[in-house]
Amino acid sequence: MESNSDRLLEVKDLAVHFPIRKGIFKRIRGYYKAVDGVSFVVKRGTTVGLVGESGSGKTSIGRALVKLTSVTAGTIAYQGDDVTELSPKQFFPYRKQIQMIFQDPFNSLNPRMTLYAIIAEPLEIHFPHWDKQKKRDRVAELLQKVGLSADQMGRYPHQFSGGQRQRIGIARALAVEPEFIICDEPVSALDVSIQAQIVNLLQDLQEELGLTYLFIAHDLAVVEHISDYVLVMNKGKIVEQASAEEIYSNPQDPYTQKLLEAIPVV
Amino acid sequence: MSQPTQELLSVKNLAISFNSKDTCTKAVQGISFSLCKGKTLAVVGESGSGKSVTALSLTRLLPKPPTCAVSGEILYNGQNVLQYNAKQLQGIRGKEIAYIFQEPSTSLNPVYTIGNQIAEAVRLHLPQISDVKQYVVDALGKVGIREPHERYDAYPHELSGGMQQRVMIAMALACQPNILVADEPTTALDVTIQKQIMDLLKEIRSQRTMSILLITHNFGIVSDFADEVIVMFRGKIVEQGPTHEILTNPKHLYTQALLDCIPRLGQKQKRLRTIDYSKLEVNS
Repeated sequence: MESNSDRLLEVKDLAVHFPIRKGIFKRIRGYYKAVDGVSFVVKRGTTVGLVGESGSGKTSIGRALVKLTSVTAGTIAYQGDDVTELSPKQFFPYRKQIQMIFQDPFNSLNPRMTLYAIIAEPLEIHFPHWDKQKKRDRVAELLQKVGLSADQMGRYPHQFSGGQRQRIGIARALAVEPEFIICDEPVSALDVSIQAQIVNLLQDLQEELGLTYLFIAHDLAVVEHISDYVLVMNKGKIVEQASAEEIYSNPQDPYTQKLLEAIPVV
Repeated sequence: MSQPTQELLSVKNLAISFNSKDTCTKAVQGISFSLCKGKTLAVVGESGSGKSVTALSLTRLLPKPPTCAVSGEILYNGQNVLQYNAKQLQGIRGKEIAYIFQEPSTSLNPVYTIGNQIAEAVRLHLPQISDVKQYVVDALGKVGIREPHERYDAYPHELSGGMQQRVMIAMALACQPNILVADEPTTALDVTIQKQIMDLLKEIRSQRTMSILLITHNFGIVSDFADEVIVMFRGKIVEQGPTHEILTNPKHLYTQALLDCIPRLGQKQKRLRTIDYSKLEVNS
């Protein structure tokens, strides 16, 4: 929070390696380098797009940032504080500030929980002293914010369409008033028409709440649309990073050029 | 076959209904189109618009309990598929009309080697082939799988998504069908792999006169690949015509709206346009 207050997140030489185990004793025979020496900065109030093919390490970065995957090397600084080595208990306050939206709205919502239970769960964890009425009001407010209605609170996820479920996922992420949201392919599973609605919703929320996004996707057109700054990943490394305009008008790296050329144009 | 238009498949006024509890809901209605020899017809629309249901009904692959009524005509080579018996259906499934599905990882059987799975179709439909293994290895080679001989004994989980989709294509093409139905063949794949797969399909299409029914929601692929387009909305065809015409000069409100909501590279807008469904309701 001190000098570089506009640098919300700073990642330096981040590496995430997964052990490859072989043989009957499952000895470690090598490492798969999912993320290998990645550095970038996310400025407050901006959207950083992260693109690359599947297996390039995009999701591993997202998961490492919220400590869902252990970090092999490098540092992650959040608002200037190094959070890389923090224990789960020490990291707890940061969880409130960093939230995640997942790709598949069909698998990321518990089918046995009502909408209220899904959205109130993070509230119960982070605001245990809130009474029932306060939680109810907050859930109703969140549902309205993402374009659903408060009287749908008692329903279950299967009663909603894919686009609506993604809205529920967004409401859950917003519940604890985060500053930073990692969107891991939030629109890849949706139709183009629904994709446009969700992208617009994310942009409206950013404007209203001053959110910062890390937007992970493989659709370059969507990333160009939503991002201020773009990181292109290939095989665990960032091969190019620049402002959205620059990447698309003047791609430098051969891999970026290949990605752009692969898109069929309407 | 002797018709001058060379219509291979023609669907007339097709309607399909599904049972839900005790009511019959119409999934698609009034579907009419024809597929000519060597042509590619694309079907676009949102999920739930009835694209896949239409495609599956061509060889009557829809499961019977939820399907309660099918009416209209599906004419393949002049004969109505809807009146085929089980044996006749077996004869066209895979042999005359073959399918590629969206998710290769779930449409391949995980406990059989890929070679075995392709060989099964070949043994069933082409009993005259004596060296089935060699035939399958050739088929794998044709879709760009390296070292097809070694890959014959691979299980699906040992292959990447793009490779699995190639196996699906090899399986679909093994019996040399006249029609290939590709149901969102690249939706689960990366853009670079998508390009490889579409290039492969193009190559195969040019090698032999095969008709393709391509189901997709990617307009980029449509413009690159299809001769004609059908746009579906809520179980009905709202517009059909030559690809270029539909994409550059869409007549129906829904087609216009659908084209408008795609973000396009190099044309940064402030907001994406969305579809106003209430407006469409009134007009349709």
